[in-house]
Amino acid sequence: MSQIGSFALLAALALSAYSFLAGIAALAGEGPGSERLGETARRAGIATFAVVLLAAVVLVMAAFADDFSIAYIFHHSNRDLPAPYKFATLWSGQEGSLLFWSLLLASYGLVLRLRHKTDQRLFAYASVIIAAVQIFFLLLLNFAAHPFAVMQGQLPADGNGLNPLLQYPEMVIHPPMLYLGYVGFTIPFAFALGALAMRYPGEKWIHITRRWTMVTWGFLTIGIFLGAHWAYSVLGWGGYWGWDPVENASLMPWLTGTAFLHSVMMQEKRGMLKIWNMWLIFATFGLSIFGTFLTRSGVVSSVHAFAQSSIGNWFVGFLALIAATCAFFFFKNKSHLKSEHKLESLVSRESSFLFNNLLLLLACFTVLWGTLFPILSEWVQGTKVTVGPPFFNKVNVPVALLLLLLTAVGPLLAWRRTSVESLRRNFMWPLVGALAVAVGLLIMGVRPWKDVSYFYSLMTIALSVLVALTVISEFVRGGKVISRHTGQNLLASVVHLWHRNTRRYGGYIVHFGVVIVMIGLAGAAFNQDKEKEMGFGDKMAIGPYTLVCQSYTQDDKPNYSSEWAVMNVFKNGERLATMYPERRFYKASQQTSTMVANRSTIKEDLYIVYEGVNQDTGRPIIKVHLNPLVMWIWVGLLVMIFGTIIALVPNAAAIRVTAPARVQVAPVGAGD
Amino acid sequence: MKKLGFSPRQMVFLSKSRKRAAQVVLLSLSLLLLLGAGDEEGRFQTLGHHMMCVCGCGQILLECNHVGCQYSDRMRSELIAALDRGDNDDLITQNFVQKYGTTVIAAPTNTGFNRVAWIMPFLALVLGLVTTALIVRAWKDRPAPVAPGGVQPVTGPELETFRRQAREETEI
Repeated sequence: MSQIGSFALLAALALSAYSFLAGIAALAGEGPGSERLGETARRAGIATFAVVLLAAVVLVMAAFADDFSIAYIFHHSNRDLPAPYKFATLWSGQEGSLLFWSLLLASYGLVLRLRHKTDQRLFAYASVIIAAVQIFFLLLLNFAAHPFAVMQGQLPADGNGLNPLLQYPEMVIHPPMLYLGYVGFTIPFAFALGALAMRYPGEKWIHITRRWTMVTWGFLTIGIFLGAHWAYSVLGWGGYWGWDPVENASLMPWLTGTAFLHSVMMQEKRGMLKIWNMWLIFATFGLSIFGTFLTRSGVVSSVHAFAQSSIGNWFVGFLALIAATCAFFFFKNKSHLKSEHKLESLVSRESSFLFNNLLLLLACFTVLWGTLFPILSEWVQGTKVTVGPPFFNKVNVPVALLLLLLTAVGPLLAWRRTSVESLRRNFMWPLVGALAVAVGLLIMGVRPWKDVSYFYSLMTIALSVLVALTVISEFVRGGKVISRHTGQNLLASVVHLWHRNTRRYGGYIVHFGVVIVMIGLAGAAFNQDKEKEMGFGDKMAIGPYTLVCQSYTQDDKPNYSSEWAVMNVFKNGERLATMYPERRFYKASQQTSTMVANRSTIKEDLYIVYEGVNQDTGRPIIKVHLNPLVMWIWVGLLVMIFGTIIALVPNAAAIRVTAPARVQVAPVGAGD
Repeated sequence: MKKLGFSPRQMVFLSKSRKRAAQVVLLSLSLLLLLGAGDEEGRFQTLGHHMMCVCGCGQILLECNHVGCQYSDRMRSELIAALDRGDNDDLITQNFVQKYGTTVIAAPTNTGFNRVAWIMPFLALVLGLVTTALIVRAWKDRPAPVAPGGVQPVTGPELETFRRQAREETEI
């Protein structure tokens, strides 16, 4: 089995190399011969997908067949591992996850190469660049991190098993989502670099890559949130984001990708920010590779870094090569990227995008800076320092609040110029609503002067309401116009409005989702927790809840043995639920893990952790957290996904005016 | 002040207002500082959230529930003991650094090279703002592009008229 896998990887490398070299030769030449050569390069790219898929299938089959002659399977699987986790073995270790990277890249490449008729020359450039990236990963797989390396000596009877932290349902979908996001940014990067290299006329490449970028951004968003949910459910510390280097690594390309999705509209609508957009997408791709490097190299310690090795140097070399290539083509063809328009007013959509980009990039820089500062500190002063949550929160929360403010103001600004009067008119009621909510929170007992976290929380909720109201007012205003011209009711008109400009209104829904997430994050200021050794019948009170320990019990399963507590939960004297916080001992890896019991409502999460047994007293320790508004974060993600899907739907045909109109009406909602 | 055309009486009034505002700010700050004083549980929470568990889990001391962690329970007990002894925050922090190394502090201190960690984000913000301002200025000063066929783009009041008309007709 390992020989088939190894052969597939070698064949994939050969095919990618051919796709790259023949692709370059075809682009450099002219005439029918070059066209035929280019076609063979395209087909070699497609064939790469087939052989990388074969390698991945072989590895998964080896996991299901318990083939411990393959070292990777021995280290990351065991006989009693449940089937979904055997499938997840593919991305559970370094070699497998690099193979998975390669497979996803080949899949994206397949779609791109099959759609080559959209613009054959631009797609040929993009195909060559994808082949180059593919070569890097296949070189790693063949020569530095071989997933089919065989075990030496006598074959072991069973494997070491999967890391217990990874044995959780979300881990079957979280890494693929995150990787689809990371890898997906290769496509806009390939188009951007290709367009620059060939001095592509016009902005069509932007239109072509728009959907790719949105899809990729959507996957990365899902991946990040699933990671946060996994951390919340498995690590058992009551939080979902700890500013861990690997979390930061996923956030950085998300921030630059978000900046790109906004600023690219400037290029489409106004022919501005061409150089900026080019470098944004280069940086986003570079940060995706950098993220993989951080996760895999062990250069920074992280609770999420499940594989560490010496492949860091390969990544450093590749990052340097990317930077050099981008810089070379940029300086060679810089003249092609001149802006076409001038800025007419500071109070305009253009300015809001500029400041939006400034803040997103600032957030990205601070995350990068904080992540790398321990290394810099060790290098400069010989001692390592920790840069943890207090630093990131202090620096990034104000930036996030400013971004929220811009999210509220930006959609109300028109392209070119906005009159202060119209801004005041559109902004008045949302502002009144936000102030009313702030006053309401003060009346309810939020005291922003007592703690800076309360202040941030109040500001976050007030600004979130401001954004939500501006989004709603945009829908209502647009809906009213449609309603007047078509005679439809307001709800039908709003749906009609979506169809008219899916990208704009899908974007607003994403903003709405962000608002819900931010409200969820604001709840963290009011978290409470308690810890107690609890015997039978012992009680612990937190907030309005009282926990009564009913019993402790044990179970033994093939893959793990477990102990759990049976906790009755009462609220205002009434029994609400029975919860079962659990602690597992995984036999193959000889490691322990917690399974949190969480009762989640829209108001708060009651989150119980069975921490283990006090060695001195022999009594079990129970920790309970009361975390307000956490469910809003996950609901917000669903809204963001919905908005992204709406934004991906093509615009409907021109509106059919059923009522007589006074003038020829311009497309409503045009010009996001 | 003179340039703005304030009379001497107005200037005295403004000066008094400023003093009063400064007094209010100082009083508020003092109250805020006093609010936090002497609260041992608050100090435990603050200090515990500014230190890391050193077992390698990468978590804040009070948030580490790492099963079988050899460090966090002991460190928490030491923190409580130090608070009971009446040690001040600086002394407690120093003792922890001496025992567990500089990585026990969850964020860079405001000393020596560590200051750079705090300064850089603000420097980046300032640089970004200056760069953005320069870009905006360059864009504003750029001559208006000439449309194909040599037709001059509409500007000034005429453009405003068209824009108002467009707004009225689309009402968006």
